[in-house]
Amino acid sequence: MTAARTLLVAFLLSASLAAQVSFDRLLRSSAEPGNWLTYSGNLQSHRHSPLTQVTPANVKNLDLQWVFQSLSLEKFEATPIALDGVLYTVQPPNDVVALDGATGRTYWTYSYKPSTQARPCCGLVNRGLAILGDTLFMGTIDGRLVALDAKSGREIWNVAVAGARVEAGYNFTVAPLVVKNMIVVGPAGGDFGIRGFIAAFDPATGREKWRFYTVPGPGEPGNTTWAKDSWMHGGASVWVTGSYDPDLNLMYWGTGNPGPDWNGDGRMGDNLYADSVIALDPDTGKLKWHFQFTPHDEFDYDSTQVPVLADIEWQGRPRKVMLWANRNGFWYVLDRATGEFLSGKPFTKVTWTSGLDAKGRPQHQVTPTADGLVVYPHLAGGTNWYSPSFSPRTGLFYVPTWQDGHATFTKGPAEYVEGRAFIGTFPTGTTLSINGTQVNRRLPGEGHGAILALDPKTGDKKWEFAMNDITDAGVLTTASDLLFSGGREGFFFALDARTGALLWKAPVGGIVQAAPMSYAIGRRQYVAIAAGNSLYSYALKP
Amino acid sequence: MKIIAAACAVWLTAASASAQHVYTNADVENGARLYSASCATCHGPRGDMVRGVALFGGSFRRATTDDDVARIILGGIAGTAMPPNNYSEAEAGMIVAYLRGSASRGGVNFTPGDAARGRAIFDGKGRCATCHAATSRTAPSLADVGAIRRPLEIEQALVDPAADINYDYRFVRAVTKGGETVTGRLLNQSSFSVQILDSSEHLRSLDKSDLKEFTVKTTSEMPSYRGVLDAQELADVVTYLMTRRGQR
Repeated sequence: MTAARTLLVAFLLSASLAAQVSFDRLLRSSAEPGNWLTYSGNLQSHRHSPLTQVTPANVKNLDLQWVFQSLSLEKFEATPIALDGVLYTVQPPNDVVALDGATGRTYWTYSYKPSTQARPCCGLVNRGLAILGDTLFMGTIDGRLVALDAKSGREIWNVAVAGARVEAGYNFTVAPLVVKNMIVVGPAGGDFGIRGFIAAFDPATGREKWRFYTVPGPGEPGNTTWAKDSWMHGGASVWVTGSYDPDLNLMYWGTGNPGPDWNGDGRMGDNLYADSVIALDPDTGKLKWHFQFTPHDEFDYDSTQVPVLADIEWQGRPRKVMLWANRNGFWYVLDRATGEFLSGKPFTKVTWTSGLDAKGRPQHQVTPTADGLVVYPHLAGGTNWYSPSFSPRTGLFYVPTWQDGHATFTKGPAEYVEGRAFIGTFPTGTTLSINGTQVNRRLPGEGHGAILALDPKTGDKKWEFAMNDITDAGVLTTASDLLFSGGREGFFFALDARTGALLWKAPVGGIVQAAPMSYAIGRRQYVAIAAGNSLYSYALKP
Repeated sequence: MKIIAAACAVWLTAASASAQHVYTNADVENGARLYSASCATCHGPRGDMVRGVALFGGSFRRATTDDDVARIILGGIAGTAMPPNNYSEAEAGMIVAYLRGSASRGGVNFTPGDAARGRAIFDGKGRCATCHAATSRTAPSLADVGAIRRPLEIEQALVDPAADINYDYRFVRAVTKGGETVTGRLLNQSSFSVQILDSSEHLRSLDKSDLKEFTVKTTSEMPSYRGVLDAQELADVVTYLMTRRGQR
């Protein structure tokens, strides 16, 4: 081998290795701030970018660099993966695109036509991809898991996930989580009477390694929290990506509502592990601990929020905690080693319970009535799946919320029939269609969106940025103390993360129903957001 | 779901020109259950949560006959969010029965008046047509009110118009920092601006940072007819309005 050829081989090898995304790189994602390698930016799910080129002083100079218009009218909910200047995202429902992060031009498209029998409750949506090695991973709305070559878009494997039958309402909308040498997902379908689970798959083959049912079967701990055979269609779905703590070797996932949503008479009991956070050993899939936010839920208060793992000083000593603003209107601080409840406070008007006891269990829960009962928060919650953010710099927890939202819950019949909504009677409320509208003529008392900055140490609200309309947008913070978000009004905006002051806004022409992310190419920082049916990328004017 | 009175089935077949089927009360009740468990997820309990679609209006944009409606329920609408459903044909028929019946559910306890007298009041003494003209920009034209509202809802709107102000006909008052007062119909708003059809019927977009006052009125622009029209006259007007089923 000549010296030149040796050099070439070494170069190619190093380039190849550089492109390979090992799990070690995911663990140390802060070491490569220009990339965005997981759904929430790191495995602690901070949705916090270490990039600092865009600052509170210069953010007003952000300029649109490109727009990628998807060939889909479905909601664009995915957060892109950014790797070495390439963005990988999902054009709903299940097409994958690789884009040049500088120009928005397409490198390749992978087209997938899911079964027309797929029936996600709330749109043919997908929240993103995972990457490991040179392979991208996606769950599909017809119950499959797909692996693609990141360089070409070639399908490597495409497997049906056992039991995730499309006819029975199972679907995958979640961005998978990579832990060690496993791809981890769970199914949505909690409004169709599925039995939820979390399962780990071999990235090389798609073979299932283990499965944890979020509704325990007969003989398993927790099964007796379901009356009779109601566990069989108990829901507890999984549709928002979990988090991982390498020191504790624990993986955390939030679970959805018990089924049927709005009539719990046939499932008396706490209904574990619906509306819970569960901590699993990723090597075995065994449950280490759980915390149930809403026992015997009859309001559809899914706990499908992103588990935010923060290391903070708690009552004078360092503590590994989990921050969780829940759809039920409370925000919690939990000890993430044990699941111990540390605090829980309402962040919006709450009437479904009189409050939490010393262990975080809600007291005096109300129940829907035959004539209808007005309950706060709205059935869509005080918050929902919208990504929060934690800034290690400010120590604040940033949450997109709905304030003053309420609905009238009526107890009606619910009979399980495979493939049909298993929900009871749909509540009525003042908030218009979850699919959004182009006009907002609501009164102030009919609910509005707000971003809250919450201090986990004190439980205090540091500031609030109130919007006129409600919001389905996630939040990104950066190491220059900027906060980016959007809402139904069709703006993408930047706030001062320390004060909540509005620093910049740009009209994006469509509802923001995704979360922002940031990446860099060379020395240039970009901030990207999906809005309407397009993906937008901004950078400072040269 | 409330029980549908036997009289309702008669109304159903009589009022729906396009109905080809006669449904039993049990069909309607079963349809209500199926609707609540499935359709209401997107369409809402009153069938009006998908914009531009009024399922309980008795007429449909993409269907004329009951069989057309049932076909859409079963097969969905390609290219839209309306998915196919695996109901039996009989079950789809029950949902159609419920949709057809809902427009008239409020009529169960309503005593019909005289439509001709109602029309005379609408155009004359009531001065309703002054605002509710077909060309009106500040009030609904009511050309199809009989297809989308139930008699008791119309009666309530006549005697207590502020009780349930139409989302599309809310009025605002804004005062700019320069001292100009702008009133008009609210068309849209965001955190930063508000869009109004003002009292001179100009389209105005106001920057909220330029306003020192902004309120959405919770009172109705429409006067109450309580004490203005007697019970018989109210029934006559409601009966007349129920004949206005428009072209959809």
